Amino acid sequence: MPQIAQLSATYASQIFWALLFFGIVFFVIGKGMVPKVMATVDARDRQIAGDLKAAEAAREAANAQEEAWKVQSANQRAEAQAVIAKAKADAARATEARLAEANGRIDARVAEADARIGAARAGALGEIEAVAAEAASEIVSRLAGVTVDAGAAASAVKEALHG
Amino acid sequence: MHQFMIEPMFGTDHWQIAGYSIPFTNSALWMAITVAALFVFVWGGMKRELVPGRWQMAVESMTGFIDGLLAANIGPAGKKYVPYIFSLFMFILFANVLGLLPLGLLGVHPFTFTSHFTVTGVLAIMSFSIVLIVGFWRHGLHFFSLFVPHGTPLWLMWLIPVIELVSFLVRPFSLALRLFVAMMAGHVLLEVLSSFVISSGNAGLGWGALIGIPSFILMIAICALEVLVAGIQAYVFALLTSLYLNDAENLH
Repeated sequence: MPQIAQLSATYASQIFWALLFFGIVFFVIGKGMVPKVMATVDARDRQIAGDLKAAEAAREAANAQEEAWKVQSANQRAEAQAVIAKAKADAARATEARLAEANGRIDARVAEADARIGAARAGALGEIEAVAAEAASEIVSRLAGVTVDAGAAASAVKEALHG
Repeated sequence: MHQFMIEPMFGTDHWQIAGYSIPFTNSALWMAITVAALFVFVWGGMKRELVPGRWQMAVESMTGFIDGLLAANIGPAGKKYVPYIFSLFMFILFANVLGLLPLGLLGVHPFTFTSHFTVTGVLAIMSFSIVLIVGFWRHGLHFFSLFVPHGTPLWLMWLIPVIELVSFLVRPFSLALRLFVAMMAGHVLLEVLSSFVISSGNAGLGWGALIGIPSFILMIAICALEVLVAGIQAYVFALLTSLYLNDAENLH
């Protein structure tokens, strides 16, 4: 085994060069380059964490805004409903008032018309009585040859007409 | 066994520091290649883009893997060990995988320096020293309470701390030997099987079909296993180091 056979001749060289080259690896690569590589990794991790946090914050803000918007929208809808309800109530009241007014007018005209009809009927009845009394006295004079007093004829007709 | 031989290269046999000869060997060359490959790999992930490309993703997944390992085993205090554990894990992983590359086809002789306990020993002793330093730095002499697990009955106090102490002191050896043995065994196994294929092929068509083909099929399967072992051993080394660091950091 050369490791043992050559031990006394080579141990100094082996130890020297091993220490030298491992020292180069440790100080140049391990101490010099590895921390930079790891700093890059750390910076990336930090940036990713920061970006994630920012995205999270943005989402929170968006959620809050949406919530506020929802509340506002609900408020506005309620307001609009109130306005509509008020308008409806106003309109209903106005309609009622106008209907009542119109009804009143119509009732007045109907009453007036009734009064006119009643007057006309009374007038017509009166004329009918006069005509009937005249006709009755005429008929009597023709049939019986009796001249009936106009007053008696009128009272007889009135009696016959009104029972 | 030739693949484990250490040979000085580029005529550097005479290089010395304080009387110790430190020639630039094939082992050192493959350490340098490992460092270069690892540097290129991590450098490719240094674009620092917000949206990573494939390469950057690969590098970040490796650092993230080590970061997760330490966070799971040590907790938030484990963050400061990421450079060390990452260096350890990637150095061993790249060494193991580079040593498995079939570069022999191109006439280059790959060398797996993690199959030498001189190298794995350096790494293990380094991890163990860090555990000791961190443990005594953070807890002072209280660190010795590591050898008395929670709920130890009083009448066992003469035995349990001794067992715990031995198991603690064995850690650097088990760390170093596990990696060295795993890498060496895999390479030896592949070499033995390939020698079966070659020898049986040389012995004639019948022997070649009888022994060579099953050996070759087994070799393919073991190559896959060795790739797995290369990753697992690097992971085990990093995982155990982080577990030991957890002892030092959190004391149970």
